[in-house]
Amino acid sequence: MTHHTKAPYPKRKRLVVVGNGMAALRAVEDLLARAPDAYAITIFGAEPRVNYNRIMLSPLLAGEKTFEEIVLNDLDWYAANGIELIGGDPVTCIDRDARVVRSAGGVERPYDRLLLATGSNPIVIPIPGHDLPGVVTFRDVDDVEVMLKAAESGGHAVVIGGGLLGLEAANGLRARGMSVTVLHLMDHLMERQLDPSAGHLLREELERRGMTVLTGADTASITGTDRVGMVHLKDGTSLPADLVVMAVGIRPNARLAQTCGLEVNRGILVDDMMTTSDPEILALGECVEHRGVCHGLVAPIWEMAKAVGAGLAGEIHDGFRPGATSTKLKVSGIDLFSAGAFQGGEGCEDIVLRDAGRGTYKRIVVREDKVIGAVLYGDTQDGSWYVQLMRGNEDVSAIRDSLAFGQAFAGGSGANPKGAVAALSDDAEICGCNGVSKGAILAAIAEKGLSTLEEVRAHTKASGSCGSCSGLVEQVLALALGADYQANSGPKPVCGCTHQDHDTVRRMIVSQDLKSIPAVMQALEWTTPDGCAKCRPALNYYLLCAWPGEYEDHAASRFINERVHANIQKDGTYSVVPRMWGGQTSAKELRAIADVVEKFNIPEVKVTGGQRLDLFGVKKEDLPAVWADLNAAGMVSGHAYGKSLRTVKTCVGSTWCRFGTQDSTGMGIDLERMTWGSWMPHKFKMAVSGCPRNCAEATIKDFGVVAVDSGWELHVGGNGGIKVRATDLLCKVTTDAEVKEYCGAFIQLYREQAHYLERTAPWIERVGLDFVKARVVDDTEGRAALNARFLASQEYSQTDPWAERASGGKDSHEFTPLARVEG
Amino acid sequence: MDQSLRWTDVAAVEDIPRQGSRVITGGADPVAVFRTHDDQIFALIDRCPHKGGPLSQGIVHGASVTCPLHNWVIDLATAEATGPDEGCSGHVPARVERGRVLVCLPQSFGG
Repeated sequence: MTHHTKAPYPKRKRLVVVGNGMAALRAVEDLLARAPDAYAITIFGAEPRVNYNRIMLSPLLAGEKTFEEIVLNDLDWYAANGIELIGGDPVTCIDRDARVVRSAGGVERPYDRLLLATGSNPIVIPIPGHDLPGVVTFRDVDDVEVMLKAAESGGHAVVIGGGLLGLEAANGLRARGMSVTVLHLMDHLMERQLDPSAGHLLREELERRGMTVLTGADTASITGTDRVGMVHLKDGTSLPADLVVMAVGIRPNARLAQTCGLEVNRGILVDDMMTTSDPEILALGECVEHRGVCHGLVAPIWEMAKAVGAGLAGEIHDGFRPGATSTKLKVSGIDLFSAGAFQGGEGCEDIVLRDAGRGTYKRIVVREDKVIGAVLYGDTQDGSWYVQLMRGNEDVSAIRDSLAFGQAFAGGSGANPKGAVAALSDDAEICGCNGVSKGAILAAIAEKGLSTLEEVRAHTKASGSCGSCSGLVEQVLALALGADYQANSGPKPVCGCTHQDHDTVRRMIVSQDLKSIPAVMQALEWTTPDGCAKCRPALNYYLLCAWPGEYEDHAASRFINERVHANIQKDGTYSVVPRMWGGQTSAKELRAIADVVEKFNIPEVKVTGGQRLDLFGVKKEDLPAVWADLNAAGMVSGHAYGKSLRTVKTCVGSTWCRFGTQDSTGMGIDLERMTWGSWMPHKFKMAVSGCPRNCAEATIKDFGVVAVDSGWELHVGGNGGIKVRATDLLCKVTTDAEVKEYCGAFIQLYREQAHYLERTAPWIERVGLDFVKARVVDDTEGRAALNARFLASQEYSQTDPWAERASGGKDSHEFTPLARVEG
Repeated sequence: MDQSLRWTDVAAVEDIPRQGSRVITGGADPVAVFRTHDDQIFALIDRCPHKGGPLSQGIVHGASVTCPLHNWVIDLATAEATGPDEGCSGHVPARVERGRVLVCLPQSFGG
């Protein structure tokens, strides 16, 4: 027998990182990838949060992302990598002789190597009133929170600064419903990234979106009594302001470095190895100054992170070499790109291509047969190709004539995007944000067997930040996988378990008489034994829809909310929403709800957007008892948790309202009584307004009814979610009976045709309004048949699921533990 | 080595729905016991390594479960996240003997 005596673990060097932002963490990640065990790492952060994607503050402000979605490294990541995170406690002192850092809270950590990534501070113009409440910068999540708070009550926002950050803030605040004025000191917007022509196009587009842009605007002061009220310009103009955002630039935060005696100019001075004047101390990010330049864009900072990672890992490397940088504006719907020396100058030639019809503008700057800069507006697809030409310092004299038309037309690679990607060299950059090259993506595809965009994103980070290179990444995938890659070729399969698409599956279920999930999987050659969390709920719904009354619902193929008839919350508790028909309630119902809240210690009651009450924080084991009490007062499940009919929102209508033309509440109640309990491809919301003032917001619902003097307007396909879509007018009808018939027919068409998890809005965009009109409006018999099928299926779905579980004891295993074991 | 394991008889296999899961309470974190489509039994700590979601509430497919909060897929046999996600929710030894489910519960369940 041999005995292995474990060698004592070599004492690791101590790395202390000051700063917990994107630059710091990217460097640490790079180091861990190269030398996972080389250092014991401690990270100090001033903000009390984990590392998040600061580039995504704009989508956060605009409501396109949540904070959770922009987190880059969550607490588990720090734990998993054995990194000590000291958050919310800034480092105030570095003792370089003793090699110890000290925080404001008195925490001390000795170091062998120290990495400074203290970032930058937003510049605040020291004009009178700059410190009034309501004046913010746009730098971190706290700033966004202040802006969102201000935007809640609408009003006027004044954004000082028409650069990248200012315009993103302006767009976000406009999207949040504020009226927005942008003040810019220079003559055209984004003058550091755009030439005047593109700046002009951008200004026109922003004004079209309802923003006011004032160029040449020099702010003199901000006034207000207890908070901001007005902004005054030097030319005498005064603007009302409920919120002022200063987005005029950033300044490297080098104070800590300065106080400990490191060499500092505008930023902390570093060499190509990112070493400061103290050889044991490195620095990177927006706090440094390298060869006279302070970088603020993400791409060069990722390059710095590579140099830091390699250096700390003890590798021989070339150090940081800033390449041509490029900029993209992250304002949805505006495609804008610039790179290099786009302003031109002596000895430069401009190649300009304008297309008024498409609203595009391209300007390529060439000097001595080399591309040195580019500005693209409206069509930015070729941006990375121009950057590639710049970095490669390539002679473009042979392709000069077609240069502005883009890569597809230049250099004989043909008008084939795949050919164009094939022609790129391996070190060509595909993802500018994360610095991922074509070669790195190809290597990951080969080594890890990746086959989808999502997988490539997960493994390489390509297209993971701003996402604008997703198309390019797909082309790299197509190039690597050839015929095996089916991105845009034909309909997408339901999931990874099958090659069949949704429409085929639905068709086969009916034509081959498939009546159970295993039967579908067998007949359609599923490649997994029992599917996955994507396909099983879809199949369960398709079968339920195809065979009402015959198919037995498969609980194990439903998402938890539909299994326990309540909404799971992030802490594992549930929320309960009783149905309030047409938004009407009574003293009896309210009293019963109040009693339930007190009896079960329910921590929060909230009024929903659908005119009901939501009880939050209910323990799972309490659900049946809560339902029993609500049932006793006559209330049933509101299905607020289901891919099903949710609410019918109504206004008070002619019963009370002096403008009301019809009894909208009564109509809403009738529709809800008719449709409740119905399972759908996705959630389905309705509303009835009693007059065209439309107080029930019927024109952003899946099915909206608006009363007019002569009858009812029927609207379909609206959505108030992530992507707002106003309804399309389906038709006008005169009688109440017609409203109900058209409603039943429309719902049934959607139930039978849409893909699982497809709302009516994208469904109608996919199949076209004309298709819906042809089936529901023009075809009288077809409409009656659809409605009849809907009503027939309702006979099997209008049993209150709460009552079945509260008094009927159904699925009791869902609400009780298997066992309780104690010592 | 197995001498240190203490097996607790918690239930009959039929007490757990097929393609489903139920929990054992009494310890620091509940333990989720899973029954797959082919009647294999697995147990893990009922906390997704991602955000602590209750894995027992997820959809069970193959020998995996998809967390109900953010769709992480956890391999029931190893308790490890699959695909690009990384993390482990804590494997709990479980076996079936004559139709009964035996689980080796963590220390916090006492005893």
